[in-house]
Amino acid sequence: MSQVTMRVWRGDANGGDFQEFALERQEGEVVLDVIHRIQATEAPDLACRWNCKAGKCGSCAAEINGKPRLMCMTRMDQLPEGPVTVTPMRTFPIIRDLVTDVSFNFAMAERVPALLPPPMPEDGYRMYQEDVERGQEFRKCIECFMCQDVCHVIRDHEENKQHYAGPRFFIRYAELEMHPLDTNDRRDYVREEMGLGYCNITKCCTEVCPEHIKITDNAIIPMKERVVDAHYDPVAWLGRKIRRRTKRTASEASVQPQP
Amino acid sequence: MATLRTDRWWLQPVVTASILTAFVVYSTWAAFQNANYYVGAAAHRDLISPFYSPCLAGDCVPGAGHGFAISAWTLSPALIILIFPLGFRLTCYYYRRSYYRAFWWSPPACSVADAHGSYSGESRFPLFFQNAHRYFWYFGLVLNVILTYDAIRAFHQPGIGWGVTVGTIVLTVNAALLWGYSLGCHAGRHICGGSVKSFHQSPLRYKIWKFLTPFNVKHMNFAWTSLIFVAFTDIYVRLVASGAITDYRLF
Repeated sequence: MSQVTMRVWRGDANGGDFQEFALERQEGEVVLDVIHRIQATEAPDLACRWNCKAGKCGSCAAEINGKPRLMCMTRMDQLPEGPVTVTPMRTFPIIRDLVTDVSFNFAMAERVPALLPPPMPEDGYRMYQEDVERGQEFRKCIECFMCQDVCHVIRDHEENKQHYAGPRFFIRYAELEMHPLDTNDRRDYVREEMGLGYCNITKCCTEVCPEHIKITDNAIIPMKERVVDAHYDPVAWLGRKIRRRTKRTASEASVQPQP
Repeated sequence: MATLRTDRWWLQPVVTASILTAFVVYSTWAAFQNANYYVGAAAHRDLISPFYSPCLAGDCVPGAGHGFAISAWTLSPALIILIFPLGFRLTCYYYRRSYYRAFWWSPPACSVADAHGSYSGESRFPLFFQNAHRYFWYFGLVLNVILTYDAIRAFHQPGIGWGVTVGTIVLTVNAALLWGYSLGCHAGRHICGGSVKSFHQSPLRYKIWKFLTPFNVKHMNFAWTSLIFVAFTDIYVRLVASGAITDYRLF
């Protein structure tokens, strides 16, 4: 068996550096297996998150050769020859080694205005298959936060974290806005408070999504178009005025508090 | 560029920048030529370049007009209409992705550092004008109808009758690719059906949305092929009109 050199970032919030490990290649291994072998042999204090080893929990997200990937789904034999670089997700604060503090995402999750259904009819709520399927794509998200990590709006501009939800939560907003039982209107909120306009649709979130969710095409752009309906389209504005919609408009709607 | 990527991440922005630059240079040159954009009855053909259709200037060459002209306009007729396809492509979600990466380096590629110190995206002037995309889409549909009419008209060769030439095929493929590009537009997909809260309550719009979605999936492919082919179509008509090549009649 040939050798492989793993360059693993070691350190904490105060700083760190790469540490190299030379190991023998073993057939069928993924990057997470090699990290575990390093833990078992040379560096028992190497910190990394992992759980399912099946690409369904999102815990082992890291950057492999500079790109966000799940370590458990990245086969060693599919990486190019040469040293393999493993680093923590750059967008989030380091806790230790490959473990980052992703609490930014949970803070943003708390700020998503909840589903607001109308009063329950006598025969109960009814939702049809075509509407279920539309939101189903977004529910495949495993919250690995690689889309958040790769998004340059917060990856390269820390100051934007105050007012930018990020792709993971734009799919949440889209899912709620496309929900037939939802009466909440988040278009004002997502534009003014959640920074939808900051996204310049470079599609990196879609490229790294391990669930292959079409984040940009099916969530972010439809949300941008809904914001255009509410704020930038004079014909749509005129149409609303003429029809005197009874439904709350974006400017009238208030964001509902979390339950 | 700060990145740990080891692959050739720079290749895509370089190719994108090269093709877009070449297209802008060629189309600017072609738009100012104001000649060789129409092959008319003298050559027993009816071929017009997509850069010059509809020909709205007062001094369009005989046969190239579409029944309406702005007589005061004496510059190249291409300058009247090219603003619409230019605006359509400039505000297109796919092209935005491409030129933000290739020219603005914001970012040049995924996981490669943004080249700018601060960033406000499309939230402020002037980039919030990107939100006008849907209006360019409407104009784009009108132009597609006109270019389709041009393609159909080309099958009737003056003095000969109905028949197929290489030029008719070029114009037809050009119109088809432009339809493919327009039908995949994200703004159009939203307007036609994506904006509804419930597909079940809007079955017709749901059907239209489902029809448009495969085009939307291939939007990138149509964006590039239609861009290159529209330039090719202009080159072909230009060469035939100048006498450099012959438009062969197939049957």
